[in-house]
Amino acid sequence: MITELDRRKFLARGIAALGATWTAAHWPAVVAAADHAHKAALFPENQKWEFFTAAEAKEVEALAACIIPSDGTPGAREAGVVYFIDRALMTFAADDQKTYREGLPEIQKRVHELFPEVPLFSAATSDQQETVLESLDQAGTHTAPRRPRATFRGGTAAQPLFEVLRLHTIAGFLIDPDGDRKGNRGGVGWTLIGREPGHSFQPPFSAIDKDYPGWQPASSAKDADKK
Amino acid sequence: MTIEKTKYKTSDVVDFVIVGSGAAGGILAKELSTNGFSVVVLEQGPYLTEKDFVHDEITVLQEDLLTNHPKLQPNTFRKTPQDKAKPQRALVYGRAVGGTSNHFTANFWRFHEIDFKERSKIGAVAGSTLVDWPISYADLEPYYTKVEWEVGVSGLANASPFDPPRSKPYPMPPLPVKANGIIFERAARKLGWNPFPAPMAILSQPRAGRSACVNCGFCLSFGCEVKAKSSSLASMIPLAEKSGKCEIRPNSYVHKIEIDEHGRATGALYFDEKKNVQLQKAKAVILSANGAETPRLLMLSASNKFPDGLANSSGYVGKNLMFNTGAVSVGVFEEQTNDYKGYAVSRILHDFYQLDANKVGFYGGGGLDARYDMTPIGFAMGGLPAGTPRWGKQFKATLAHNFTRTFEVFGHGTSLPVENNSFSVDPDVKDAWGLPALRLTYKDHPDDLKLAHWLADRSMELLDAANAKQKWTFPIDEQQFGVHLLGTCRMGDDPKTSVINSDHQTHDVKNLFLCDGSSLVTSGRGQPTMTIMALAFRAADRIMALAKRGDLSA
Repeated sequence: MITELDRRKFLARGIAALGATWTAAHWPAVVAAADHAHKAALFPENQKWEFFTAAEAKEVEALAACIIPSDGTPGAREAGVVYFIDRALMTFAADDQKTYREGLPEIQKRVHELFPEVPLFSAATSDQQETVLESLDQAGTHTAPRRPRATFRGGTAAQPLFEVLRLHTIAGFLIDPDGDRKGNRGGVGWTLIGREPGHSFQPPFSAIDKDYPGWQPASSAKDADKK
Repeated sequence: MTIEKTKYKTSDVVDFVIVGSGAAGGILAKELSTNGFSVVVLEQGPYLTEKDFVHDEITVLQEDLLTNHPKLQPNTFRKTPQDKAKPQRALVYGRAVGGTSNHFTANFWRFHEIDFKERSKIGAVAGSTLVDWPISYADLEPYYTKVEWEVGVSGLANASPFDPPRSKPYPMPPLPVKANGIIFERAARKLGWNPFPAPMAILSQPRAGRSACVNCGFCLSFGCEVKAKSSSLASMIPLAEKSGKCEIRPNSYVHKIEIDEHGRATGALYFDEKKNVQLQKAKAVILSANGAETPRLLMLSASNKFPDGLANSSGYVGKNLMFNTGAVSVGVFEEQTNDYKGYAVSRILHDFYQLDANKVGFYGGGGLDARYDMTPIGFAMGGLPAGTPRWGKQFKATLAHNFTRTFEVFGHGTSLPVENNSFSVDPDVKDAWGLPALRLTYKDHPDDLKLAHWLADRSMELLDAANAKQKWTFPIDEQQFGVHLLGTCRMGDDPKTSVINSDHQTHDVKNLFLCDGSSLVTSGRGQPTMTIMALAFRAADRIMALAKRGDLSA
């Protein structure tokens, strides 16, 4: 949940973190998103879902927002991750429907076990939500990084909802926003990681290659260094 | 201009039917058709074009837009012939017109002289069937040059002191350097090594109606939407079709080579899009189906005359599989490198191409490249250092910080041919067409694993010299997954220890030719496509010479 203090911190930090040009261009949208994020859900009451019930969508959005929080910069919520997952479960991730349908009540059960007074994951405080996710995350931190391609391609074995949700949240946050998957709304995921929008770039790509004098054979490169 | 596409009837006896339209099949189709032979190319995958090549990681990586699909074509894996193989995705290859050349990294190293005669130089290696090639680097050199000029390779000739001799410079200068290449170059020079601009099968300048690279950053695993990547689809297939003598027939899944009573190939049986069986008749058959599917097709074509599989009198069909050794180290840097922009690799080095076994204690050698081949979702799933939380604020902060400050040093090396390492057909598991699935048996030769660790140590030294803030190596395990599918129907003069002769003709069936990764005798140092393409240009010359002599007619 974004407090007023967090929001001000974000506004102050925004310029430094994101670069002045970007911030100027996106300022109104970012502020709107940050303002909006403290509300329980971004979607309207009468939103039509492809797979989820409205109640499920609300829980999934809260879970995704805990995986990639809106902590001063846009997170899963602003990226529309719940819409992405809803569509995913009718398309490429149809095999995971059961995992969600049966896994969500299990997560609620865990909420009741840990916090008997809290009716739903989405109604829990941020700290409580983190405690619940910690109890679901078997792996903890990245212990042995795997080559990304193999990880993403993954196996076909059934996985617990937390793992599927984590993959879907990350995918919904970082997917190419120009496709029709409904994720990475407004390109906020790419903006966060510093990937400029678009699909065509010209060098220099960074300050490092900007000042590169061009390739030279080792001997002449040594001479150049002496000068 | 719309070109009227050539169509043949299945009952037409065409000069050649080619199974597969990838790195080798595309070149053979172009060479044979533009020299007046009639050709039908049977491709199991769809005919996609640039408009289909999206940057959506789910469509491409998870739904296998360009690649074999594990649900349609499951495979099994085991480490040794004594084990029972279990279903497990063990290979990825291109399954579309253009094959694996659509989505490759485009590292286009030539093999060096040593790769062709290593057995003579170093002697026998215990546990390996290592032999020399029946051809030399000099035999292949003109065809490497042909690949560079006709398919399109950017690079700088004579920039590496270890490069083999060449008859012509590259047709285009290297692609624009990337920050990771510069960091790699400076660190390597500090260590006394010899980095140089990577030869890449990507256009640095517009050429032959194709665009130069636009640096979109979705390169490895993705198709190129501007035809800058030198796939068969972008470079060769259009020329084959333009000849008026070649039909590319997609969605045609070949499952048997027809053989007559004289032991000659008469055509290819395939499932069409509706799973109806068709027979395309031909005077000669060429399999360029890749190092997994070519041997499988030979095994599926077993008959009374060829009980152990077609062209398998040696027993070597499917054997001696080599994946190439690989070790990937990762560095995180203080400054932004923005390596997500552009193609994968701009600098490499070959100082370790030939290691001295007496000094290092194992056989092998390899090269290093600096690269960034992770797209955003893949990076978030596997590109962060150990100890990073997997979710929450700290995960998000690390992701946000590292994405533009990370790159990999990839060590590529030899795999020794081992007889047990193989593709065979699984006795139980079937694909969606009811055909026996591929079964992979693989256990790295111990020297290959030693080499992987050795290369990783060099990569870590380099990252250290480059002042990486954090660095690590992805775990090095026995491989259970391959994309380089090499050596499974190898070339040789001796019919007892090889499947094809140096003309790519099977020793057993005179009008049946094999040309793809399966033809390789040794693995090179990890970048096989350049050599597969050079072999295809050479094979086309050899096959046309035989055809003109009348050696292919009944």
